[in-house]
Amino acid sequence: MAETNHARRFVTIWLVCSLVALPLVIFVLGPILPPGKASAEASGQVTDNTVLLAMATPVLLLVVIYLFYAIIAFRQPKGGVLEGPAVRGDARLQTAWIVITSVLVLSLAAYGTIRLEQGYGAGSGNGPTPLVVPKGPKLQVQVIAQQWAFTYRYPSYGGVETTHLELPVGQTVELHVTSIDVIHSFWAYQLGIKADANPGVDNIIFVKPTTEETFEIHCAELCGVWHGYMYDHGHVVSQGAFETWIHQQQAYFAPATKVLPPYAKTYTPEPTRRAE
Amino acid sequence: MSNTGRKLFGVIAAVAAVGVLIGLYVATWATSQPAIVVASAAPPSSGGSQLTLETVAAIGPKYSPSHPDWVSYLVRRNGKWVRSTVYQVPANSVVHVTIYQYDGDSGLRNPFLSQVQGTVGGTETVDGKTTRAIPPEEASHTFIIPQLGVFVPLPGVAEEAKNQCEFAPCEGTAHRTITFSFRTGKKGKYRWQCFVPCAAGFIDGFGGPMQTFGYMDGFINVV
Repeated sequence: MAETNHARRFVTIWLVCSLVALPLVIFVLGPILPPGKASAEASGQVTDNTVLLAMATPVLLLVVIYLFYAIIAFRQPKGGVLEGPAVRGDARLQTAWIVITSVLVLSLAAYGTIRLEQGYGAGSGNGPTPLVVPKGPKLQVQVIAQQWAFTYRYPSYGGVETTHLELPVGQTVELHVTSIDVIHSFWAYQLGIKADANPGVDNIIFVKPTTEETFEIHCAELCGVWHGYMYDHGHVVSQGAFETWIHQQQAYFAPATKVLPPYAKTYTPEPTRRAE
Repeated sequence: MSNTGRKLFGVIAAVAAVGVLIGLYVATWATSQPAIVVASAAPPSSGGSQLTLETVAAIGPKYSPSHPDWVSYLVRRNGKWVRSTVYQVPANSVVHVTIYQYDGDSGLRNPFLSQVQGTVGGTETVDGKTTRAIPPEEASHTFIIPQLGVFVPLPGVAEEAKNQCEFAPCEGTAHRTITFSFRTGKKGKYRWQCFVPCAAGFIDGFGGPMQTFGYMDGFINVV
């Protein structure tokens, strides 16, 4: 009886499974991956997650299929213990393994770098001097983190500060994230953006909301007893609705705006009498 | 009993004992919270419910033997002051709040919080005078329920005021009287806190009483 060519059989099984799984991953699972499509950055992350998952799927199948194939095909038969064939090194196999894995990793590194640059940080904080800045007009909004709530300041609207975040759809927003006490992290889930809020630091994120919807805001850095309650809902609205809202806020918060410090990228509140 | 049996019994008994200790710790200490104080009914003329609170610079050994120098809120229940920060109020109603403020000012870290928000009329009354905001440097404490949008700054007692309160309960000593009302909506548990960094001796003024239930933060249970 001809000896079974395990390598050919295994590769065939792996190829068939990969050809079935890959379209499912790309076309069925991909579109529903988090965080959604509420912004250009979020959509970019869905694409990136799909690409990474598609690249990882054949690798995962290789490992899992080999595991089960080995359990079944090379199971010890009943009877005496048999010694397996001597294992010898195979230069071609080792070279192929190193080359393929290196190509995979380096291509992922290149892909990630290009996507970060194309996405102007891809939804993450860029620090005070971003390497790449989107062209065109941007709405500046400052996110001020404090124990235990976020407030938001709009410098181009008289520096008014508000308790809720509203953004106009279709416009690039430049968020300046900072803290006036301990470290926090501003995370707007559906918009696909997250940036550390550190005292004395201006951390810039770029986001372009693409659909009118409500998004969740959470603090993503443990900041004290109420860290888990430091959340809110923000809204992406039409340009007209945004203008109406911001003018209402300017009128309502006029007393507070009078006593606010001049708009600055960071604030260092004076030590209070009791704090150390 | 064999040696193995004895060892097995010993391990099971030890695991059970540790489990009981962990359970006791979680049930009695880790999940403990101050007693819930139900808001009293307000006079028929105003309707709704009434909460009477006071803020003190030092809670005193009577209310907190372990932390007598901590700043704290107290609430009036059946004519007596109790140290609790969990208040129960009815849903879809008006809550009238009176706060007797006995502490000196610390100042707000974020001056934005010096404006009253979310109260009936968008104002508070301080010593009989209605106002929409206070000078941020005069803030002693705040009563803020972020999820209900209620932000109320509380001005402090002047530094040169005579007859200042030393320990709670503070009666007949120098104080400010602040009143306001807010509306509740649907049932829920809403946290409230002070936003003034008033915890003396702690980093950024936000440790100690600022992060311990029963002193400067708690819950509003809307039922």
